[in-house]
Amino acid sequence: MTKPLLDVEDLRVRFHLRTGTVEAVRGVSFQLGRERLGIVGESGSGKSQTGRAILGLTPPPGEVTAKRLAFDGIDLLTASNRTLRTLRGGRISMVMQDPKYSLNPVMTIGEQIIEAYQAHAKAGRNEARDKALAMLEAVKMRDPGRVFALYPHEVSGGMGQRAMIAMMLVTDPDLLIADEPTSALDVTVSMEVLRILDELVTERGMGLIFISHDLKLVSSFCDRVLVMYAGRVVEELEAKNLREAQHPYTQGLMRCLPTLVDDVRPLPTLNRDPAWAL
Amino acid sequence: MLDIQNLQVVYGTGRLRVDAVKDVSFHVEQGAAYGLVGESGSGKSTVLRAICGLAPVSGGRVLVDGKEVTTPRTKAFYRTVQMVFQDPYASLHPRHTVDRTLSEPLAIHGEKNDAETRILQALREVGLGPSFRFRYPHQLSGGQRQRIAIARALILRPKVLLLDEPTSALDASVQAEILNLLDDLRRKLGLTYILVSHDLAVVAHLCERLLVMRHGEAVEETTAEALRSGAASNEYTQSLIQASQGYSRASKQPATALAG
Repeated sequence: MTKPLLDVEDLRVRFHLRTGTVEAVRGVSFQLGRERLGIVGESGSGKSQTGRAILGLTPPPGEVTAKRLAFDGIDLLTASNRTLRTLRGGRISMVMQDPKYSLNPVMTIGEQIIEAYQAHAKAGRNEARDKALAMLEAVKMRDPGRVFALYPHEVSGGMGQRAMIAMMLVTDPDLLIADEPTSALDVTVSMEVLRILDELVTERGMGLIFISHDLKLVSSFCDRVLVMYAGRVVEELEAKNLREAQHPYTQGLMRCLPTLVDDVRPLPTLNRDPAWAL
Repeated sequence: MLDIQNLQVVYGTGRLRVDAVKDVSFHVEQGAAYGLVGESGSGKSTVLRAICGLAPVSGGRVLVDGKEVTTPRTKAFYRTVQMVFQDPYASLHPRHTVDRTLSEPLAIHGEKNDAETRILQALREVGLGPSFRFRYPHQLSGGQRQRIAIARALILRPKVLLLDEPTSALDASVQAEILNLLDDLRRKLGLTYILVSHDLAVVAHLCERLLVMRHGEAVEETTAEALRSGAASNEYTQSLIQASQGYSRASKQPATALAG
């Protein structure tokens, strides 16, 4: 096997609070090649903190430690801020949950994409503009020229999220971290956004980390799935083998969803075993 | 029990006029559960809000128990119809204890004399013990908060419960618990539900009949049974069913063909 794009071993994220230390991520290890990896878990399972820690975006007073946290051979824990800045947004980028909060409200969408591009590539204004327009077209905007000049409040949620994806992919990153990219969107719109994401990731041969609470969605979108519970990975499996999940937590999560196909009543609920969190 | 006839909701006038709900009619019998499904902006929540007086009824009629509702709604109306909101983090007063939250409806309706027994009973009904009575919302989990919101709605013994996305802010495992609770309560107390959700599976689980809405209009009225057997006649309903099955790589084939 070739060298992994991302190598994480024993990642821990701790928050030292007045009331004691909370460990949000407790020893997560995985390797990622150019593939689609899903991280699933309920709220508070540490899935988002894992994604943030990779980018060095853990909010203070958080503390990140790991035996190894390397991206393409670069140790992210000891790298200088300068190196991190060139990586972030350049070779690793992140799509956040809600485009309403993650786009700059006082800049047009086009300007924001240009800014992202020029921060990482030596490019003139015209070249950056062409690149931004091409990118807007790549995310299937019907009229890229018009969307270019719009402010974030003038576009719908789905368009905003596509603009966000355009901005994150304009620098041609090697790794994309998507943190609940579609949970603020409607079902049919989110399918469209996923389709675009899927195409771009496949076409460009990127690695993708897809963080979500939606087990069904992740298993249909990703190649491999990590299931997190209480800051730990309780199970790692091939997405297509999700039905053969071994861990009672994963099985419980699968069963407690109501389905259109059969009518189970009452729905099985999850009996949390304290041993899972050990 | 509940009869909606040609309901219209209009916001603004002239250039700013928005027709949030256009000519929607449906009928819900006593003890039934009725679902409203659609994407955001389809007007499904606005229908609920119009029923309980949080949105204007611009045209058409809303009948509860055969009587047309008045604006503003009377106390008797709120004794019959109560609402549970989407986000239990926002719908409970952060500085009121559970006890105070639950005694508020009783105080409004002048029934405070046996408040204690009713609060304890309401807590029991939603599966929480008396130990929760003097807690603040921040000391509760999301699922527990939603249980309190349901208890608050039930404490006046209403006949109709309007549920606006009651589980969409909750984790999957907690969602199952709340859905089971709602199912139980309906059977035990003979309640009538109107459930708004974007999740077809949730609606099909809880309701017998449902209305698919889009752009403020009713697209199709169908039954949960028909959804299960995949017998939706409408194209839009079909696309919703497909989207709820998860992402499928197969349907993206034409798009890649174009790109290549």
